[in-house]
Amino acid sequence: MSDLFIDQEHRFAKIVREQRFEDGRELSVLNFGPTHPSTHGVFQNILLLDGERIIDADTTVGYIHRAFEKIAENRTFYQITPLTDRLNYCSAPINNMCWWLTVEKALGVEVPKRAQYMRVIIMEIARITDHLICNSILGVDLGAYSPFLYVMKYRELAYEIYEEICGARMTTNMGRIGGFERDFSEACWSKIREFLEGFPKAWDELERAFIRNRIFMDRTVGVGAISAEKAINYGFTGPNLRATGVDYDVRVAQPYSSYEDFDFVVPVGTGGDTYDRWCVRCAEIKESLKIIRQALDNLPDGSYHADVPDYYLPPKDEVYTSMEALINHFKIVMGEVPVPIAEVYHSVEAANGELGMYLITDGSRAPFRLHFRRPCFIYYQAFPELIKGGMFSDAVATLSSINVIAGELDA
Amino acid sequence: MSLEITDIQTKVSGRFEGGVSNFRMEQDIFTFEAGSEIIKDVIRFMKEDETLRFNFLTDLCGVHYPDNDTSSQYAVVYLLHNWIDNVRVRVKTFLPADKVEVDTVTGVFASANWMERETYDFYGVHFIGHPNLKRILNDEGMKSFPMRKEYPLEDSARTDKDDRFFGRTPDNYEPNTK
Repeated sequence: MSDLFIDQEHRFAKIVREQRFEDGRELSVLNFGPTHPSTHGVFQNILLLDGERIIDADTTVGYIHRAFEKIAENRTFYQITPLTDRLNYCSAPINNMCWWLTVEKALGVEVPKRAQYMRVIIMEIARITDHLICNSILGVDLGAYSPFLYVMKYRELAYEIYEEICGARMTTNMGRIGGFERDFSEACWSKIREFLEGFPKAWDELERAFIRNRIFMDRTVGVGAISAEKAINYGFTGPNLRATGVDYDVRVAQPYSSYEDFDFVVPVGTGGDTYDRWCVRCAEIKESLKIIRQALDNLPDGSYHADVPDYYLPPKDEVYTSMEALINHFKIVMGEVPVPIAEVYHSVEAANGELGMYLITDGSRAPFRLHFRRPCFIYYQAFPELIKGGMFSDAVATLSSINVIAGELDA
Repeated sequence: MSLEITDIQTKVSGRFEGGVSNFRMEQDIFTFEAGSEIIKDVIRFMKEDETLRFNFLTDLCGVHYPDNDTSSQYAVVYLLHNWIDNVRVRVKTFLPADKVEVDTVTGVFASANWMERETYDFYGVHFIGHPNLKRILNDEGMKSFPMRKEYPLEDSARTDKDDRFFGRTPDNYEPNTK
């Protein structure tokens, strides 16, 4: 083997050197990634190929590791939110909310019902944008570019909604301990209504382009399948698990932020293959729309944040005029807030699985330990299992259907 | 019939008498500690027992407690979830500073593979019997285990800022005295 890019010490290089077939054909090693256009992020797969068929795969991760857990041990609670944005950047508000819910659990803060409903609305919009990208990019990877463009308009609208709430689009840094930084503006509510009005039509168009499409089904049915038992053993959660037929959803199993008030179903698949994962995401988008509508209809009156002056920044006009508010503001920004000694784990149903945060506080302004349970880090280890025995082009489809986000994978 | 916390305690302490201790509720999650030599059996027992049925390993991570005795400087934390009765349990095992090793649970849960590699990568916990124990997120040539508390985040040789004013001195935490 003369390929300079493959490490000669690698176990595949040894197999290629030693394997001899009677008909004279040879095995080959292919580097899929780290910067391949269809990996949607920086991760490398070293594939051992027999022609186009994958015999074995070796995954390497960590190319964009940014030491978030270490940084978090040296930052105050408000400074950690921007780190969580950068985990799953396709649905950053869910990560932000998970962080606030974890901190609130540790500090014992009760969030008013209205703020909880607002959080549900924003988390479901984030889930839709995440599924939207994942499903339409799967189409792009299989050669169907136009449906992707039908729905991108509505991701733009969703980002405008984020912009109305917090001023940022992708890395949102949204919310505060106990609720939101401000109430949703009139423009924000009307954009949410516009989203609910227009998005389902665009989505139906995309769905119709794929769901019984001969080419799409040929490329996805039975591709990258995994059984329910194996999926549980490999730590699958989220749509990838539900595609195998297991109806585990954190929103139902351990409701947070008033999810118990909403009426929705947990869609499941049967085969656990790429097609089922795609269909489960489509069905979840419909359920998310249902939840948003219910939240809008039943939105309670009240405050958009908890009454916790120790943790919640005082109104800006008071900060400029009163000394007490200025001191309070300064203390919160510098992290001088009362922190109990606690050890908490909180998880939310993020767009690609159970996102959990394990926080240990020791009374100081920074966490003693913060661990992120990142769903795709845990289920991505089954990727070689999913693609073994398949064609190389199926590996591309499988990779985009399991919704691995490099930022979350590497933390 | 749902699984009660007391049932878990009775079952586990009945099976591993003396090896498990400190049963308590940490907020909403039932937590206990198990000796590092039996932790693999505890996890396997909790998965395979007919009433406990903890079928899912949610999380596995390391923690460094530099203020503890040298016999319990490092902890490996296992978070198990029973999906049938919807109960979570956290099991902690403490490891001494001079012998940071524990049996792998990859034979019980395949998902532990990368989580143990991550724990090894950041804390240097050696998982005995792990099929592929090498660094996962950091560079393979790295010598240190960066999440240990003795490694400061920032370059201590920097003179352009005084870290004391930012709460970032190496001893800015109070030991847990509870």
